[in-house]
Amino acid sequence: MAALTADHSAHALQEAPPTGLESLDIRKLGMWVFLGSECVFFGALITTFYVYRPEILANHPEPREVLDIPFTAFLAFILLMSSLTMVLALASIQLNRRRAGAYWLLATAFLGTCFLAGQTYEFTHLAHEGVTLSSGVFGQCFLILTGFHGTHVFVGVLWLLACFARTLRGGFHGGNFIGPEIAGLYWHFVDVVWVAIFTLIYLI
Amino acid sequence: MAAEVVAPGAPVPGTIVEAPPITVRREWGGWQWLATVDHKRIGILYTVTALCFFLLGGFEALLVRTQLIVPNNTFLHPDVYNQMFTMHATTMIFLAIMPLSVGLANFIVPLMIGASDMAYPRLNAFSYWLFLFGGLFLNLSFLTGGAPNAGWFSYAPLTEKAYSTTTGIDFWDLGIQLLGIASIAGAINFIVTILRLRAPGMTFMRLPPFAWMTLVVSFLIIFAFPSLTIALILLMFDRLVGTHFFLPSGGGDPLLWQHLFWFFGHPEVYILILPAFGIISEVIPVFSRKPLFGYSFVIYSGIAIGFLGFTVWAHHMFAVGLGDIANGAFATGSFLIGVPTGVKIFNWIGTMWRGSLRFKTPMLFAVGFVAMFLIGGISGISLASPPVDLQQTDTYYVVAHIHYVLFGGAIMGLTAGIYYWFPKIFGRLLNETLGKWHFWLLMIGFNLTFFPMHWLGTEGMPRRIYTYFPGNGWEVWNMVSTIGSYILGLSILIFVANMILTGLRPRQDVGNNPWEAATLEWATTSPPPPHNFDEVPVVYSRYPLWEDREPVEEHGGVAPRSPIGPEAHPADEESAVGEGEATEQGHHGHAFHLPAPTIFPLIMAFGLVMIAFALLFATPVLKLTFVLTGVVYGIVAIFGWVKQVSA
Repeated sequence: MAALTADHSAHALQEAPPTGLESLDIRKLGMWVFLGSECVFFGALITTFYVYRPEILANHPEPREVLDIPFTAFLAFILLMSSLTMVLALASIQLNRRRAGAYWLLATAFLGTCFLAGQTYEFTHLAHEGVTLSSGVFGQCFLILTGFHGTHVFVGVLWLLACFARTLRGGFHGGNFIGPEIAGLYWHFVDVVWVAIFTLIYLI
Repeated sequence: MAAEVVAPGAPVPGTIVEAPPITVRREWGGWQWLATVDHKRIGILYTVTALCFFLLGGFEALLVRTQLIVPNNTFLHPDVYNQMFTMHATTMIFLAIMPLSVGLANFIVPLMIGASDMAYPRLNAFSYWLFLFGGLFLNLSFLTGGAPNAGWFSYAPLTEKAYSTTTGIDFWDLGIQLLGIASIAGAINFIVTILRLRAPGMTFMRLPPFAWMTLVVSFLIIFAFPSLTIALILLMFDRLVGTHFFLPSGGGDPLLWQHLFWFFGHPEVYILILPAFGIISEVIPVFSRKPLFGYSFVIYSGIAIGFLGFTVWAHHMFAVGLGDIANGAFATGSFLIGVPTGVKIFNWIGTMWRGSLRFKTPMLFAVGFVAMFLIGGISGISLASPPVDLQQTDTYYVVAHIHYVLFGGAIMGLTAGIYYWFPKIFGRLLNETLGKWHFWLLMIGFNLTFFPMHWLGTEGMPRRIYTYFPGNGWEVWNMVSTIGSYILGLSILIFVANMILTGLRPRQDVGNNPWEAATLEWATTSPPPPHNFDEVPVVYSRYPLWEDREPVEEHGGVAPRSPIGPEAHPADEESAVGEGEATEQGHHGHAFHLPAPTIFPLIMAFGLVMIAFALLFATPVLKLTFVLTGVVYGIVAIFGWVKQVSA
């Protein structure tokens, strides 16, 4: 085998002067492509909800009556704030302020966890109201959609915690911030999906 | 090197120098293969595994045909018959054709674009192992109460727990989910590789057609597979948890399954055929000693097929009662999509016209492809009409159509690719005599098997029936078809024998470019060294290895363009399709950094399969055990993998 040194793509490419497509790091491009597939993933779930919407509205109380809109609006706010802290985290790391960056990452993970706690509360509340996976069309569509979104948030929180640990140990800094950057892309996407879900499912 | 104007035909410093053939000793140790992240090894793994599954799927087909040789046959029990045709189709589509395309692309595309590996070598290995384990998982169903038996498209509500009581459908559901993850990961890999790792000077409109088609197919996978994943997840919840997404008695809608499935299913058939289009577009120019006629048309029509492929899915549902407007819209799209496909046929014929034709085995299969795919395409166009389809749907007419495009098309195209690239991959040429026997027996057997099915279908023989009564007039053609299938099987055995016998011979000195081809993979040794190219090639045209023979005609221009490279002008006017042309600067000229072999992708894939197993068991203890095992494997894998990346 030829000389087996470190991974070739990232290091060399981060040194390259950015012009046009070359400025898009290989791993960022990969994350964007993955997010494209995730768009179809969530799109199909939302479509399923809308396919069943006439039946939901006919046979069940309006979603608005069982869903606690003010509470979930607050959860949406929490998630949006977490995107803000994510941006601040990345900016700090890029400016080589590692401690600040690390703790902004921790804040993002914390806010994500708060969102998950809120979702758990909402799911148990709905279960008490009789809305479960097997209770009917509304329950299954709603819970699968928000459940998968919550799973994505959970994976994101784990990832952010790993980034936090690594930033504290000096792995990410002004010269190497691709990890938090990609995590940030994923996290912002998860947030955007929630905005879409909140608008299309809760509000409309 | 400064940007100089170069006279046509003169050797330019920095261009590809055909390296002298080097004898490379391959390490055949088992560990190497388990931990490899080399795209060439992974490509071989994919291709060999796919060929094994192809034989399995073919065997299943022969069982189906044997059952149908005479009316009222009792060779197979009806339920076994259902399992056979379901597994035949599932195996051929997911475990044979797709991985064959991916395997050839894995080996060849990085070489074609002048790269030293794929963008994500470890993810590449992960995709392969998940494919292998997923395929084994799917076939494990034979041992645990029965394979899936509801057809490869598993319509609900037949697949609901109430009507499919064995675990066969669960194996199918979870197995395809695993394969879907592998495919999406592979697609991400190819997109980033082709967009970012091209050699200097290789603009988009100089990309070889096979690389282009791989790029289009990868985008199709990205946007089509999640729809299938959702369908499978919803079915999984229906079967395992008790939701009613597709069960009418619970308020579910079976049509939702069909929409979600076919939104994936139609792009899937273009995923199956476009790589073969790309291969043919490589082989025919080489064996006609002429550039591809209308390269731009071939590329743009491929892209058009990719886009349009997402707009026609309901032509698989003309018989469910969508209504005239919907039927009309989808019919229009389906007719429309025949246009870019037909364009390519003329491109291939135009390439051969007045070419200096050499009918070596790859070319035989390429020409056979054009003829057979044409027939399949025409029957497809007839099916695009809803009134015609109402008669033909779910009959053997459709079976004829799909086999002409998938076997006469995709498989023949991939076979051409195997014969074509075999010397590059293994440093040996497949035997020409056996190749010709393979081809002609295949043509005879294939046409005997599938052409009569056009008539059988028009005469009313439905699909997926395990037997039929005498007196319908179907007996003769069924027997002809079955005999044809045995001849077809024989031809495949000859192919396998050819590969094995050639592989067992000592390595020949085939040279870098035994076919006198034009693209970059032929600029390095056969087989290539681990780092692919001793010197990073700089590309001036679509046919880099033909530049010194004849001027490249691109829209009237004849001179090679000025070099685009690390030191050259970035502001070069290239007619690229949107994206930047000058590829990464500073990357070339460095020593080749290849990632170290690692077992963690395999462990990660294994962990996912463990979790899939967990969902199959009813008892909570077993469930939990498998989930935890899988999660532990996954965590170990993630840590090990990430550690490698940051090393």
